[in-house]
Amino acid sequence: MSDVPIAPGLIEGTAAHPALQSRRLEWVTTVDHKRIGLMYLFATLIFFVVGGLEALLMRLQLAWPGNTFLSPDAYNQVFTMHGTTMIFLVVVPLLLGLANYFTPLMIGARDMALPRLNAFSFWVFVFGGILLYLSFLSGHAPDAGWFSYTPLSGKAFSTRSGVDYWALSLLGIGAGTIATAINLIVTIVNLRTNGMTFRRLPLFVWMVFVNSFLIIAALPALNASLAMLLIDRQLNAHFFNELGGGDPVLWQHYFWSFGHPEVYIMVLPAFGIISEVVPVFSRKPIFGYGFVAASTVAIALLSLGVWAHHMFVVGLGHPWDYTFGASSLLIAVPTGVKIFNWIATMWGGSIRLTTSMLFALAFLFSFTIGGLTGVTFAAFPLDWQTTDSYYVVAHMHYVLFGGTLFAVMAGIYYWFPKMSGRMLSESWGRLHFWLMFVGFHLTFFVQHILGLDGMPRRVYTYPDRPGWAVMNMISTIGAFVLGLSVVVLLANIAGSLRSGPIAGDNPWNAWTLEWATTSPPPEHNFDLVPPVRGRRPLWDLAHPERSQV
Amino acid sequence: MHLSVFDPASPEAAWLLWLWKASMWICVFIMAVVTVALAYILARFRRRDGGEPDQRTGNKRLEIAWTAVPLVLVAVLFALSIVTARAVDRPVRRAPDIVATGHQWWWEFRYPSANIVTANEMHIPVGREILLEVDTADVIHDFWAPRLTRKIDAVPGRQNFIWLRADHADAYFGACAEYCGTQHAWMLFRVVAQDADSYASWLAQQFAPAEEPVTTEAKQGRMLFVQLTCANCHNISGINSQQQFAPDLTHVASRQMLAGERLQNTPANLKDWLRDPNAIKPGSYMPDLKLSETDLSQMTAFLETLQ
Repeated sequence: MSDVPIAPGLIEGTAAHPALQSRRLEWVTTVDHKRIGLMYLFATLIFFVVGGLEALLMRLQLAWPGNTFLSPDAYNQVFTMHGTTMIFLVVVPLLLGLANYFTPLMIGARDMALPRLNAFSFWVFVFGGILLYLSFLSGHAPDAGWFSYTPLSGKAFSTRSGVDYWALSLLGIGAGTIATAINLIVTIVNLRTNGMTFRRLPLFVWMVFVNSFLIIAALPALNASLAMLLIDRQLNAHFFNELGGGDPVLWQHYFWSFGHPEVYIMVLPAFGIISEVVPVFSRKPIFGYGFVAASTVAIALLSLGVWAHHMFVVGLGHPWDYTFGASSLLIAVPTGVKIFNWIATMWGGSIRLTTSMLFALAFLFSFTIGGLTGVTFAAFPLDWQTTDSYYVVAHMHYVLFGGTLFAVMAGIYYWFPKMSGRMLSESWGRLHFWLMFVGFHLTFFVQHILGLDGMPRRVYTYPDRPGWAVMNMISTIGAFVLGLSVVVLLANIAGSLRSGPIAGDNPWNAWTLEWATTSPPPEHNFDLVPPVRGRRPLWDLAHPERSQV
Repeated sequence: MHLSVFDPASPEAAWLLWLWKASMWICVFIMAVVTVALAYILARFRRRDGGEPDQRTGNKRLEIAWTAVPLVLVAVLFALSIVTARAVDRPVRRAPDIVATGHQWWWEFRYPSANIVTANEMHIPVGREILLEVDTADVIHDFWAPRLTRKIDAVPGRQNFIWLRADHADAYFGACAEYCGTQHAWMLFRVVAQDADSYASWLAQQFAPAEEPVTTEAKQGRMLFVQLTCANCHNISGINSQQQFAPDLTHVASRQMLAGERLQNTPANLKDWLRDPNAIKPGSYMPDLKLSETDLSQMTAFLETLQ
C-alpha cells in the first residue's frame, strides 16, 4: 500500500487510446481525485438546485392556510424527495467531493490511494441519484419521508413503487459512500508526505479521517435496514411487521443508529473547513489544535450512542430516555469546545472579512443556535413537546444549512481559486452572503415559534390559527430570498470561471500544502512537495527563523 | 400571542414549561457569550496593518474551563430533566380513563368505563387526573395536545400511556404529530375540558342510543344509511354491529368539527362533505357515494338528528 497509487503511464496510456481521446470521455474515464472531486461538486450542485426547487414548492404550498397549489399526495412526495435529496445527494457527497479534492493535496500525495474505487464511488452516487429521480417516471415518487418509518413505508400502506426506488438508490449510494470512506482512510494512513505526522495533519484532514471511520460504522446499519425493508416489501418478510412477529420500532432503532451518526457525518467535515478558513483569515494558527482534533474523536464516539434521542416519544420507557438524554447532552460538550476554540483563534487575530470568512462567522452564529436548540431536545422532556413539530424542522435546518452549508460556502469561496485558477468575485460574494444569511434566518427562525405553538411538521396545509398565516408567509418569503441567493452564487461561479482574476498559487497567503502547487494543480499535484516541519508548512517556509514544531 | 407550549393548562404542561425556561436560560447565556465574543472580535480585531498578530496556539487552562463549565451546565439540565420526567410520566397502576386510537386520518376516543366512543373530540372533566392510553389501528401516529401534556406515539403492537389534568374549562388544540400518510395534516383533534356537571351530562348524552328520526326526510336518510355502504364502516348504535373502521356516528351532530377539524360541523358543511369527501380532504378513505341532491338532503337531515 505504500507504493505510489498509480503508475503515471496508466493514465497516460488510457488517454492515448484513440477511442478515449474526446475531452468528455476523459471526464467519464478519469480516476484523478481532482476531477472526481469536481464532478462530485458539479453533480451535488445540480441536485442542490433540484432539492431547493422542491423546497420552494413546499413553501409556496404553505404560504397561506388552505392553499391548494399542491395536492397532499404531491406535497408528501416533494417533502420526501427534498429531505432525501438534500441529505443523500447533496450534503454528504458535497463533503465527500471536497474531501476527495483536498485530502491528497493537503497531505502532499499525488492521488487517492485507490483511484478506481474512487471513480466507482462517484458513479454509483450519480446513478443512485438518477435512480431515485426515475421514480417520478414510474408515476409516483417515494412519499414516506426521508426516514420512511414502518409500517407506513411497508407494502400495506405504501402500495406503489416509490419506497422501493428510495431503498434501492440509497443502498447503492451507501455502498459507494463506504468505499469512499475506506479510500480516504487508506489514503490518509499511507500517503502522507515525509514529515506529515498525525500531529501535523491539517484539521480538515483530521476531521475527514475521523468522519470516514464514522461512515464505516454507521452506513452499514442503513444498508442492512434498507435490505430488510426491501425484503419485507418484495418477499413478504416480517422484520418490521408486528402481526408477523416483527416490530416497527426495530426500523427506528436500525435507521437512527445510522441516522444520528449521519448528522455528524454531515457536520464533521464542515467543522474541518471552518478549522482551515478561520485561522487563515485571522492570520493565526488554530487555537487548541489538540483539543479540536480530540473533540472530533469524542463527538464521533458519542454519536454512535445517541440514536434513541430520535425516539423519546416512542414510549421506550425512562431508562432509555435517561441513557440517551445523558449521551445527547454530553455530545454538546465537545461541540462547544470547538466553538470556543474557533472564537479563541480569531481573538487577537487580524481578521480579513472575505466572503469565505463571512460565511465562517455566519456558521459560528447559526450553528450555535442550532446546537443549543439541539440541547433542548437532549433535555428529553422538552423533546416530548417539540419533536415532530416545526421546531425540529427549524433546529435541523440551523444545523445542516446554517451549519454545514454555510461552512461549505466558506470552503467554496476559500478553495474555488485553487480548483479553478480564478478568484470568485468578492462583491458578488458579499451579495450572495447577505441574501443567504438574511434569507436563511427569515425562513427558519419563525419555524421555531410555529413549532412551539403546535404546528406539526410534514403537513401539506394547516388551520388558520392565530399568527400561523403570517409566520408561514415570512418563512416562504425567506425561502425565496434563499433561492435568489443561490442564483447569485451560480452567476458568480459562471462569471468567475470565465473572467475572474487569475488566482495564482496562494491568493489567501494560506499555510497548508494545497497552496504550494499551481492553481489548478497539475494532474500529479506537486512537482515538488515542500518540506513539512510543522502544522503550517508554508508559514514555516516564509518564516524560517520562527518555525514551530 | 400565547404560544401553546408557553401557555400550559395542566400541571404536566406546566412542568414542561418550567424545564423549558430553565434550559432557555442556559442556552441564552451560552448564545450571549458567543454573540458578544463574535461582536467584540469583529469590532476589535479587524485587519490591522503592521505584521502578523501574535501566533498563540492554545491555552490549557482555558480549554479545561470551557470543557468544565458546559459539562456542569448539561449535568444540571440532566438533573432537571429527570425531575420533570418523573413528574410528568407517573407510574401506571390502573386502567386508563380514555383510550385514544389513531386511524388514518382521525382519532377514536373510547371511554371503557362509560362504554362510549367518539371521534376527534375528547371530553375530560376539569381538575381530574386522566390516564390516557394511546394506540393505533394502522400506522404510527402521535397524540399531541401541547397545552395539556407531553406528546406520545401511537405504535402498532404497543400501548402507551400519558397523564393529563386540565386546569380550567376550554377547548384545547391537538394534532397528530407523527407523519402518517396522505392526510396527516387534517388529523387534528380537540380536547374539551368541562366542569363536572356538564361533563356528566355529556357522558349521559353520548351513552344514550341514537334517537329515532321523526321527519320523513330524516327517516329516508336513515334508510339510505342502511341501504348504501355507509354502515360497512360507520357504527350508529341501534343500527348495526360495532364497526370501527371509520368514526362512530351515533352522536355525530353533537360534535363541533368534522373530518379531523377540517370543517365546522354545520348542516351545509356536512352536506358538502357527503357530496365529495375527496374534494375536501383528498386521500380520505371516505368514498364519494355519488349521492343525488335529494339523497344528500335526506342523509344530512338524518345525521343532524344524531345529537
